[in-house]
Amino acid sequence: MAQITLKNLAHSYYPNPTKDEDFALKEMDHVWQDGGAYALLGSSGCGKTTLLNIISGLLRPSQGRVLFGDRDVTDAATSERNIAQVFQFPVVYDTMTVRDNLAFPLRNRGMDPKYIAERVQSIAQMIGMEDRLSRKARGLTADAKQKISLGRGMVREDVNAILFDEPLTVIDPHMKWELRTQLKKLHRDFGHTMIYVTHDQTEALTFADKVVVMYDGRVVQMGTPEELFETPQHTFVGYFIGSPGMNLLFAQIDGNRAHVQGEAVALGASYAPLAGRTQIGIRPEYATLTAGDGLPVSIKRVEDVGRHRLIRAEVMGQPFSIVAPEGMEIGADMTRVAFVPQKINVYADDWRVQGGAV
Amino acid sequence: MIKTQNNKAWFLVLPVLVVVAFSAVLPLMTVVNYAMNDTFGNNQFFWVGLEWFEEMVTSSRLHDALGRQILFSAIILAIEVPLGIYIALNMPKSGFWASFCLVLMSLPLLIPFNVVGTIWQIFGRVDIGLLGHTLAALGIDYNYTNDPFDAWMTVIVMDVWHWTSLVALLAYAGLQSIPQAYYQAAKIDQASRWAVFRYIELPKMQGVLLIAILLRFMDSFMIYTEPFVVTGGGPGNSTTFLSIDLVKMAIGQFDLGPAAAFSLMYFLVILLVSWVFFTVMTNLDRQEGK
Repeated sequence: MAQITLKNLAHSYYPNPTKDEDFALKEMDHVWQDGGAYALLGSSGCGKTTLLNIISGLLRPSQGRVLFGDRDVTDAATSERNIAQVFQFPVVYDTMTVRDNLAFPLRNRGMDPKYIAERVQSIAQMIGMEDRLSRKARGLTADAKQKISLGRGMVREDVNAILFDEPLTVIDPHMKWELRTQLKKLHRDFGHTMIYVTHDQTEALTFADKVVVMYDGRVVQMGTPEELFETPQHTFVGYFIGSPGMNLLFAQIDGNRAHVQGEAVALGASYAPLAGRTQIGIRPEYATLTAGDGLPVSIKRVEDVGRHRLIRAEVMGQPFSIVAPEGMEIGADMTRVAFVPQKINVYADDWRVQGGAV
Repeated sequence: MIKTQNNKAWFLVLPVLVVVAFSAVLPLMTVVNYAMNDTFGNNQFFWVGLEWFEEMVTSSRLHDALGRQILFSAIILAIEVPLGIYIALNMPKSGFWASFCLVLMSLPLLIPFNVVGTIWQIFGRVDIGLLGHTLAALGIDYNYTNDPFDAWMTVIVMDVWHWTSLVALLAYAGLQSIPQAYYQAAKIDQASRWAVFRYIELPKMQGVLLIAILLRFMDSFMIYTEPFVVTGGGPGNSTTFLSIDLVKMAIGQFDLGPAAAFSLMYFLVILLVSWVFFTVMTNLDRQEGK
């Protein structure tokens, strides 16, 4: 086990990348702490899988270094890195039995047969396939196959890291919870570094201690679920985390006030003059419908989502969502929306600006 | 539900039955007829029952030809299947060179059989052939017209040259259908090159390889034109395979009865082997779909 460091890493699928857009992965420096449980979150095509494949050595980065601990493994083959990876779609060795499938990585490393048998048994128990160990893997259902893939990923105890590339896509919803819990338990028991790629924020937030959000080939933020929620460093994080995502309003920032088309909004901090496209971001949870204060709002529709109600509205022609508590009466006179000033984030050209004291 | 019985429906399949009868059943029955009769000319036949079959089953001439035939098929399968797989594994997976290799590999398959025979007949000649002349110049005593071993070598190398491409192309198609994720997973699992071949590539190629083996077996078991053009079945009888022998018997000696009995048994052997392959393949498919 080791800390994984990515130094000036970048990758392009073109042989001679010139422009920024040529890079699937923009230059980044990143450290994965030993024993951390990370979720790598981002929309499809943002470079998550590319990043995983670089860590596991399936792909050689076009520039930069990959370090395991102090050892430079950039040019090391996958097999030398001793890393486990589970792919989005199940990969099983059809002609082998379930048992042989699970034992395969251990046998390839020449482990003791007795140890292998024990280890396979405990993994089989974990994925709930003890009763089918002697069956051929061919012809199993997709989710059974994926469980085998997961099992093969977890069977080695001494791996440097386990990488999961959206592993639960093909699994039934109730089984998803079960397996995710098992993965968390495995992490607690063995303390492997785990990187879990997903585009499902619930999955990311329940699995990981630290969530890494990627956007357009960049790591835009790494933090605890709470940090991602409260202080998204990039408008994409605000939009991607949360349901619905953060509201963004174009505004001019002037000290501790923002002006949205002339209407002033109090901010929780004071800002130096900002250049570029400036926006304020407010979570729907921190916006309240009022009859008096705030910006004028026109309500489009109200959705009841169970524990609370979701108000879809428009503020100064820009779409806006508000989370209203379940019992709240929505009167016809409630034509304004007020914000909690401390919870407003300010963005210049999509990146968050840190404010000073008011 | 009431089922309507209308026997007029049989008229609808009549055209097919007539065509099949004239194209397949009647000719086959003629052969069966020859196999059960003897003639001394003048189109006068008399019934001999299974005599020709008995004669053929016990004929040492047929046994020898069958032995040579089995040996030939076994040798070319033993060479072409592994070689074809090896070539397929080493062919480029994409890009210009992949297309180039595919075209190059297809070329031998496009040449008519008798032309292949003629090419090798000339290629192997000691006086004017490039191969024969070169071997002679190297001091190797090579002459396929009077040395049985040389004749066999020539016929086998010719068949390998002609047909390995088929195995290679089929195996290549099988390999191309393997998703990249399997290779990646194998790398993650630290599988050796052999394990990748044994547990990923071979199982995925299984279906196409069976077809390749079936095709190569049937074709080689019925081979006629190429060895006939090159060696004419000689020297002596050393490269007289079943088809060559059959033609000699039927058209050369005009022994219609024995030849007909012979060809019926020949047909049944091929039918039997094809049936075995078919059963194995459909069983595999069923396992796959389970």
